Amino acid sequence: MTASILFFVLASVAIAAALGMLISRNPVNSALWLILNLFCVAGLYLTVNAEFIAVIQVLVYAGAIMVLFLFVIMLLNLSVLPDLKRIEWRRIIAFIMGMGLLAMLMFIVANTLDMVPDPVTLQVAAETGSATSLAKVLFTQYAMPLEVIGILLLAATIGAVVIAKKKPV
Amino acid sequence: MNLAWYWTALIAFVIVNFLLISASVLVYAERKVSGYMQNRPGPNRVGPFGFLQPFADVVKLVFKENIVPALANPFVHSLAPMMMVVIAMTAGALIPFAHNVVIADMDVSVLVLLALTSISVYGVTLAGWSSNSKYSLLGGLRSSAQMISYELSMGLSVLSVVLIASSLSLTEIVTDQAGGWGILGWNVFRNPIGAILFIVTAFAETNRAPFDLPEAEQELVGGYHTEYSGMKFGMFFLAEYVNFFIASFVIVTLFFGGYMLPFESLILAQWPALAGSIPLMIMQIGTVIIKAGFFAYVFIWVRWTLPRFKYQQLMTLGWKYLLPIALVNAMLVAVGVMIFS
Amino acid sequence: MDLSQAYSMMMTDLGATLFLLIVAVSGLVLVVFDAFKPRHVATPWIAGLALSAGFVIEMMSIGAPEGLAWYDMMRTGGSAAFVNSLVLGSGALSIILTVPYLKKIGHNIGEVYAMILFATVGMLVLGAANNLVTVFVGLETMSICLYILTGFVRSESGSTESALKYFLLGAFSTGFFLYGIALIYGATGSMEFGAIRIAAEQSAGVMFWGGVSLLLVGFLFKVSAAPFHMWTPDVYQGAPTTITGFMSTASKAAAFAALVVVLWKALPAERWADVLAVFAVITMVIGNVIALSQQNIKRMLAYSSIAHAGYVLVGLASGSQAGYSGALFYLMVYTIMNIGAFGVLALLEWDGKEGSEQTLESLAGVGYRKPFLGWTMAVFMFSLSGFPPLAGFLGKWAVFAPAIDADLVWLAIIGVLTSAVSAYYYLRVLVVFFMKPEGENSPMAEHSFDIPRSSAAVLIACVVLLVVFGVTTFALDVTSGFFAADTVTQFLG
Repeated sequence: MTASILFFVLASVAIAAALGMLISRNPVNSALWLILNLFCVAGLYLTVNAEFIAVIQVLVYAGAIMVLFLFVIMLLNLSVLPDLKRIEWRRIIAFIMGMGLLAMLMFIVANTLDMVPDPVTLQVAAETGSATSLAKVLFTQYAMPLEVIGILLLAATIGAVVIAKKKPV
Repeated sequence: MNLAWYWTALIAFVIVNFLLISASVLVYAERKVSGYMQNRPGPNRVGPFGFLQPFADVVKLVFKENIVPALANPFVHSLAPMMMVVIAMTAGALIPFAHNVVIADMDVSVLVLLALTSISVYGVTLAGWSSNSKYSLLGGLRSSAQMISYELSMGLSVLSVVLIASSLSLTEIVTDQAGGWGILGWNVFRNPIGAILFIVTAFAETNRAPFDLPEAEQELVGGYHTEYSGMKFGMFFLAEYVNFFIASFVIVTLFFGGYMLPFESLILAQWPALAGSIPLMIMQIGTVIIKAGFFAYVFIWVRWTLPRFKYQQLMTLGWKYLLPIALVNAMLVAVGVMIFS
Repeated sequence: MDLSQAYSMMMTDLGATLFLLIVAVSGLVLVVFDAFKPRHVATPWIAGLALSAGFVIEMMSIGAPEGLAWYDMMRTGGSAAFVNSLVLGSGALSIILTVPYLKKIGHNIGEVYAMILFATVGMLVLGAANNLVTVFVGLETMSICLYILTGFVRSESGSTESALKYFLLGAFSTGFFLYGIALIYGATGSMEFGAIRIAAEQSAGVMFWGGVSLLLVGFLFKVSAAPFHMWTPDVYQGAPTTITGFMSTASKAAAFAALVVVLWKALPAERWADVLAVFAVITMVIGNVIALSQQNIKRMLAYSSIAHAGYVLVGLASGSQAGYSGALFYLMVYTIMNIGAFGVLALLEWDGKEGSEQTLESLAGVGYRKPFLGWTMAVFMFSLSGFPPLAGFLGKWAVFAPAIDADLVWLAIIGVLTSAVSAYYYLRVLVVFFMKPEGENSPMAEHSFDIPRSSAAVLIACVVLLVVFGVTTFALDVTSGFFAADTVTQFLG
């Protein structure tokens, strides 16, 4: 009971925050809304006893990535976007197509709600979501993709340095 | 170990108040210690030996006018100091103060601690941004750059401890240090490089001197809290002292045996009846507070001894020295764990 | 799970994917080496030798039976080895062409070679994937490296612009791809191809098909099929020319190979053939028609590359074993032709802006000034437009014939008609090269240059391969052994 109340509270705040991020005209405010959204999602993970994932969500997204986001926004001193005065036909078409895609995805989700597997008990969730069991799977079954992700991150880091170097080589 | 909720609430209440009081004591200690280091008496007017000075300061701060700069973002301007205090206090929930005396005994409490460290940047950054002042903004930017840079080394030094204990829970990390003769099981002896790294990065993460660039008075007036007054400024002040006290607790928990008495295993072998008793619990709480008090003293000591880094020195130290050392240390510890277990 | 057993399994798997290990480790070594000896002459050698070593290893295992490695994450031997050797060979040839080119534009930095190696790692993982996780990881590794390779010439605004476009659109398409994977996983409870197929045949609901369509969007973006082709002309035009050659061949081969395997192993065959046929038609028509009006030769080749993606899609739309193996053969031929064509362009570049502002007309008469480049280019153009006896003809036959067998005659007819259209713009290049007189103040007259021997060797090798694969059918015989039906049942069983 408390869990489902918590779920609905967190979910609605998360959705509201996501909307706030989209609507906000000030980039810093957008970033703050996104941070709130990430926290709510972490809370949602907590309601299903996935402590590890919840903490990682806060640590990586809210703690590292969004701090850098804010840092960059502040450093660039991005100006506040002007309010929309004019409505362009391109925006209208994009809006209609986006809504169409959204409707399709909603249709898919709504049609398959009965396919969602029965929820596992919290005990099972806590066991499979624990750091130990995640590590076991990551370093055996998914060892190869994990290593390739390491290469991916390294390549991205080197590339960022190459592209951002002050003096073009 | 599941305590009834009212016990947890009681412990939480006690710990929050303990942290609040300790902040005042630390402010007093800092002013006294700095006074003696500079060969002057320090505060000595309010109360015996000036002991009531911090309380007088609090009263003064509460009654001061709260000024919000024009063109500041009022909501974020108020949010930032609250975030600072709340995050600093939350970390207190994870520290084991004695055997089974901990508010939130999570499996992943080390990660929670790191997460709290990383989101505490927001308080400083947002304070700097929302004040609409260039000094504040520079302070906020410096702070986020500094904290992100040192978080990596901090995470890696914590990782080396986690490798040794093979657990992400702070309570298990403490009990893991019970082995060895006397105090030799403490992680500071098993992983000395990690301990030094962690202490250095803890200074940087709490923005204490010599890493106090975000509030460098000579360059930035007051840094991120230039535009704060009254109790909002008081909250930053409070958060700073709570932060470094908590950092001392974490240093103790990770590397100096936590709540364990020195030679606890020998004492327990001598008096087996003591195990699990209330007197032992009280002694453990006393031990952890004394140990943490010592490191709080180290924080003050260092602040009044070392000059502040320059910005590029800070970055060089973080990225070119601490990070490679931390990486190699984590690898060495991993190899050591593989060999010895 | 017993961890000690996992250790010995890892050793076996490392042996089975030795080529991947070689490429990845040499990439890491290069990064460190370049930090201490910047712009050292050995850097490209390390990269080239690593790719060649991998190429040799994989060539030898083409005949090996298909197998799985890394907990069924990757396929080895057979078609996977074929795609791997294609990617590795393309990478090796591109590196040989890239060295003199980068020296010419003054950007011979070591990171480029490390990036090419890392991109190759991504492509190898992608082309040999047996699981949607591996597909995604490989795709992202490849894409990130390609974004960087596109934009590393920062002094050139065209290069930066194209990198940014590529990055933004690529990130967007990644979103579709990931959403598709999530829906498929939600519907089938697995990300392994064989298990997806079994689950889908039991109950393929709207969720499954929604996931498949989003997945297809992601794939079609990466292979630059219309209407997801918008990034291709800008990126191909703005990227350094030899990098474009690498990007347009190896990445396309890897992405198509992954798509083929997904279609072959994971999806029930009957549903998506018509969808792919429609995409094939749109792609062929758009690519070939817009290519007609291009003045910049790199941009024209970009549209031609879109059109070629359409031809490969024709092979996939037939949904038969012959179609899939024909697509692989076509990809090989296309790789050889395009590496050669971009290699010639890299040598003919004079505008100092990676050819992004160079018109075709400015190359008038170059066939007489540099007959070697003119004649090799002629071979590549004839092969691209599908003239016999060059390999381009056999390739088109390999993808159109299965379509006719699968009662998609109309599709094959459209394919042949659009190829006929394509002959116009391919042959126009030769007309300009050989039949137009060199202008009074032709830029080519001021920019005399020598052809490096290494580049000439690569171009000759490409020409020889095109002729050999055009007049003999042994390569086609090799590929037609792939994707045999019994291996499907073997995997499913």
